[in-house]
Amino acid sequence: MSKKLASILEWGTLLISTGTVCFFLVVIMWDIISKGAASLSWDFITALPTDGMTKGGILPAIIGTVLLTLITALVAAPFGISCAIYLNEYASDNWTTRIIRASIRNLAGVPSIIYGLFGLALFVQGLHMGTSLISAGLTLGLLSLPYIIITTEEALRRIPASTREAALAVGATQLESIRDVVLPSAIPGILTGIVLTLSRAAGETAPILFTGVAFYINNPSGYLNQEFMALPYHLYMLSTQHQAIEQVRPLAYGTALVLIIVVFLLNLSAFYIRYKHSKNE
Amino acid sequence: MSNEPIKLAAQHVDLWFGKKQVLKNINITFPKNIVTALIGPSGCGKSTLLRCFNRMHDLSPDAHIEGKFLLDEQDIYNQKISATEVRRRIGMVFQKANTFPKSIYENINYGLKINDVPKADRPGIVEQALKESYLWDEVKDNLDMPATRLSGGQQQRLCIARTVALRPEVILMDEPCSALDPLSTAKIEELIVELKKDYTILIVTHNMQQAQRIADKTVFMYLGEIIESGNTKSIFTDPQEELTTNYVKGHFG
Amino acid sequence: MQLAQREQIDKVARLLFRTTGLLVIAILGGIFLMLLWNTVAFFLKVKPMDFITGTQWNPSGSQVSYGILPLLVSTILVTFGAMVIAIPLSLGTAAFLSEYAGKTLKNILKPVIEMLAAIPSVAIGFLGIVVLGPGIAHLTGQSNGLNALNGAILLSVMALPTIITVAEDAINGVPSSYKEASYSVGASKWQTLIKVTIPAAAPGILAAIMLGVGRAIGETMTVLMATGNASAFPKGFFHSVRTITATIAIEMGEVPYQTTHYYALFAIAAVLFLITLAVNLIGEHFVNKYRKYQEA
Ligand SMILES: Nc1ncnc2c1ncn2[C@@H]1O[C@H](COP(=O)(O)OP(=O)(O)OP(=O)(O)O)[C@@H](O)[C@H]1O
Ligand SMILES: [Mg+2]
Repeated sequence: MSKKLASILEWGTLLISTGTVCFFLVVIMWDIISKGAASLSWDFITALPTDGMTKGGILPAIIGTVLLTLITALVAAPFGISCAIYLNEYASDNWTTRIIRASIRNLAGVPSIIYGLFGLALFVQGLHMGTSLISAGLTLGLLSLPYIIITTEEALRRIPASTREAALAVGATQLESIRDVVLPSAIPGILTGIVLTLSRAAGETAPILFTGVAFYINNPSGYLNQEFMALPYHLYMLSTQHQAIEQVRPLAYGTALVLIIVVFLLNLSAFYIRYKHSKNE
Repeated sequence: MSNEPIKLAAQHVDLWFGKKQVLKNINITFPKNIVTALIGPSGCGKSTLLRCFNRMHDLSPDAHIEGKFLLDEQDIYNQKISATEVRRRIGMVFQKANTFPKSIYENINYGLKINDVPKADRPGIVEQALKESYLWDEVKDNLDMPATRLSGGQQQRLCIARTVALRPEVILMDEPCSALDPLSTAKIEELIVELKKDYTILIVTHNMQQAQRIADKTVFMYLGEIIESGNTKSIFTDPQEELTTNYVKGHFG
Repeated sequence: MQLAQREQIDKVARLLFRTTGLLVIAILGGIFLMLLWNTVAFFLKVKPMDFITGTQWNPSGSQVSYGILPLLVSTILVTFGAMVIAIPLSLGTAAFLSEYAGKTLKNILKPVIEMLAAIPSVAIGFLGIVVLGPGIAHLTGQSNGLNALNGAILLSVMALPTIITVAEDAINGVPSSYKEASYSVGASKWQTLIKVTIPAAAPGILAAIMLGVGRAIGETMTVLMATGNASAFPKGFFHSVRTITATIAIEMGEVPYQTTHYYALFAIAAVLFLITLAVNLIGEHFVNKYRKYQEA
């Protein structure tokens, strides 16, 4: 084999791998966008489902996903930021700290369906919250926690020690230096991490299966103690459980497109925050 | 000059970072209203010693300190006095200007605010501090501008203004001019000589000329120990130790 | 505010921060205890041996049996298939990104990988039903393409971004002095990659693979939607299978509270938990090894 041929083959192997990965993305996006776009309309995103889910829109599922993501943020962000502050600003390198860090790493690896079981056992049954928006939100909050802690700690770590010392040197307590100087500087990084985590939470299905999501709510109220509809679950039901699966396929494509748009919008805003911040520096 | 009362002292101080001993049996006193320069080769522990005096090591868990630090004969690591209070009475200016990411005005106002200075007094104090740091004329029309837009020298003077605004008793300076051009350096040196009237000043410097220009006393450190200390003039013209001689003549470091 | 008061607040805040740190341990402990508790309850009713060696998962038929083997084998089969596809693809891509791609190309490829990572698993499962399933059915002549192969391909898509990102970091982290040494004895770029760079980055690459494995094993929605979920013992890639995660997802919604079946689902979840824990620990072992080696 000539040298040239060999090097082309070698190159080709890597190129084909990379090409295949890109191809996957293109197929996914092309299929969902081209077929989903046909179902997408103002009515589709602002109307209630009708005729046993074979017609109408998906407004309740959009509202449900938005509310669910908000609750997730409200649960996980303060908790996660506080834990990250403890780890980065206070904790010394001892056994307790190492156990906390190991717990976070392991929580990040726990399968999402197990979070679903935990939410079921703890919130739905143990704390008698029933299958509800709040139970599902709390469950997704726990799932998001390790990611928020990890990204927040990274953002805090990037703040140089001299910034903290500046505040301490004028007589600030440690809390004051964190509140007035460290957090304001770290906010863009923290926000980026939170938004990225939420974009993942918005697409999660397994953790909400038994904690509060429903296929159809005839009167979506948004009350915390009631069941709710959500985009990913709606897509799952339309594509696997509906009695007229072929008939609702366009609706399923439309739902998939809306879900992907929601997730990508969250991702884009995270990149925007990061970009804007990097320009300010 | 040597009749001045003792403002600050370290007694039998040893300091370790983990297992590494960085300060060894430090004994030193700093008279009131005097500028003392700390000199010595890089890594000898000057910054480490300086930071002990306003308890900046409290945040690093692997720092272990033994010995005593006295401010007006009171132990500043004593239970009766908090780190916050110590830092308020002993201000610090750092090597690299570390202004807050806030406006020029807020940079000085922040310390006043958290230390409960009455609101009505604050604008006057801010102005006074900026004047004392020879910055007022340059910034008086832009007090709302982000401090980060100032030049390096201006930022360092703002850091000094921030410190003097709190009227501390001692000011610690860790190579305050190392990142500055000669003109800014000259301004800050002038400022330090001026501040001496009201404050006791400790300054770390690598610049031998600077030490001779502004310091009344000089302390020479080497490998975590104080080798020699005394009047600046005698340290530079008539050092008693060979190490000191070699260092001030520029043979190493 | 008085200094004393400020310091009091500072102390309280410190305590609060610490509490949230400790709560994280409590959450993991809570998950562990929940699984343990329900698994014990399950083993009070079903013999552990029947559970571990049983080849039938049939909780609601006339012949009730709770054998985890078919679920476990399904999970392993699908994960294995996913890795067979994902590992070469992601290593090739990671090597391409760090060794061959120029800056512009990198700036295009990175977002591609990030976008792939951002697609929700339910959307990928959906495509398994509407695109990949019919495709496989067409090629094999089966009635539908919902089988282990379908699940494996989808899982590989989900694992790709994770493995690529971490493996690329590992390959990037190999000191350039290693490569230069190899070039200086006349090795080509490819030889250097295969003989020097990849072996040197091996611990990091293995950690990346472990992350991908963990992700694939624990994934629910894609396998639930794409593998057909037949509860018979899995016969191969072209047959329908039912993983541990899919079984929990399908059955938990319908079982009455605190029945044997209910406990059984926690028991298989406990097995899943232990497997992912083991995979993560192995991954962490490699990460530590990689770090040590980088510091040395
Ligand atoms: N946080 C720390 N942890 C471990 N070692 C440290 C730490 N801070 C300083 N050291 C070590 O302590 C020694 C003294 O450092 P220090 O910063 O006090 O030196 P210095 O005299 O100020 O030097 P320079 O003139 O370069 O500023 C050095 O060997 C340094 O590596
Ligand atoms: Mg120093």
